[in-house]
Amino acid sequence: MLEVQGLTCFRQNRCLFAELNFVLSDHQICQIEGPNGAGKSTLLRAILGLFRPDEGKIFWAGESTTQQAELFLQQVLFLGHKFAINSDLTPWQNLEFWAVLNPTSNLDFESALAMVGLTGLEHIPCHSLSAGQHRRVALARLWLTNTKLWILDEPFTAIDKNGVDLLQQRFQQHLQNGGMVLITTHQDLSQNFEQLIKLKLGGNISGEM
Amino acid sequence: MNSNLPQAQLSYWIAFKAIFVRELKLAWQKPSQIIQPMVFFLIVVTLFPLGISPAPKTLQMIGPGVIWIAALLAIMLVVDRLFRQDFQEGTIEAWLLSTVPMSLLVAAKLLAAWFISCSVLLLISPVLALLMNVESQVIPALMLSLLIGTPILLFVGAIGNALTVSLNQGGVLLSLLVLPLYIPVLIFATSLIEAASFNMDYSGQLAILVSMLLVSCFFAPVAIAAALKNTVN
Repeated sequence: MLEVQGLTCFRQNRCLFAELNFVLSDHQICQIEGPNGAGKSTLLRAILGLFRPDEGKIFWAGESTTQQAELFLQQVLFLGHKFAINSDLTPWQNLEFWAVLNPTSNLDFESALAMVGLTGLEHIPCHSLSAGQHRRVALARLWLTNTKLWILDEPFTAIDKNGVDLLQQRFQQHLQNGGMVLITTHQDLSQNFEQLIKLKLGGNISGEM
Repeated sequence: MNSNLPQAQLSYWIAFKAIFVRELKLAWQKPSQIIQPMVFFLIVVTLFPLGISPAPKTLQMIGPGVIWIAALLAIMLVVDRLFRQDFQEGTIEAWLLSTVPMSLLVAAKLLAAWFISCSVLLLISPVLALLMNVESQVIPALMLSLLIGTPILLFVGAIGNALTVSLNQGGVLLSLLVLPLYIPVLIFATSLIEAASFNMDYSGQLAILVSMLLVSCFFAPVAIAAALKNTVN
């Protein structure tokens, strides 16, 4: 269970959100909405500990994520705007390297890359791939990971319609297995999620559920 | 959820090795990392006889200093883009989110960077020393000073790079930050070589260089990890 308590973030002396509280439990997906610059990415980064919030605490399974960072990070998969794919390495090498740093993932790179439609491109440097394919390499991690909480920042960018459907199917699977998804996206999720929470950021609203 | 858990506990050694191997693979695929500092080093040193004087006496006098300054500048080039690509592509963030200590991953990267970019300088330095008419008994001392000095320059420069990696014009700031710290290394290294050329004992200068190396080895990864953590904030 992820619990955010009284989170307040400022950027360049502008309050992005104040006193934000929400809880994400097993089987739930949370969609963060808001206009550009509303602080969606900052919220995700604050939860991960990449951004230092001005106030507030985050708890994972009842433990503070700053004190028990390792416990938390073991259970998290993050895909940000920059998705940590080296353009000089091949998709295979990138996943291989990622799997070393994320040892709880499975190592079936072939089927993961096949799932995201990159069969036959496994051993081509990523800079020769299209923007969407590049992104798909990063998304292939969703088929390798065994983490419980997925934090995804605009995962549908540059992905075609079928890809968006495929990703949502994968989310459904993950939620059924007791996982959680925290996602920012401008599009509405086209599929029906049973336990969807929407969190609105932006304006002067303090961003309550 | 999945029974296929190959190594549930992440071994630090495996992570260290993985980063090291990744850097080597990258250097293999993009050999400019190896070639650029080497060519720069060669060009700068060979320009001196043309610019100053090809007289053997003059060359002998300025030779070791020129080689050292050229190596220093070549390392500045290496350092300037050490973390840039990883930062832009988000790899640094991914490292920060892994459960391995960031300083360990940084140490692996630094070690690989030294092998890729600096060891070449060390290897071609005897050739350049001959070109500069450096006496043959001085060449081992020159190589020893480079062996100990280049990692210091790399580690200290890497701290500067980690601090400036998010800035667009980081290069200028980097040289301002880092060059003052390079001066002691240059002074002691050239003084070591000078002592060697007079057949004097140079263990004092050597001890100072080694202590600088040990201090930078120990503190640079920690400082870089902290700087990178701050940069992504």
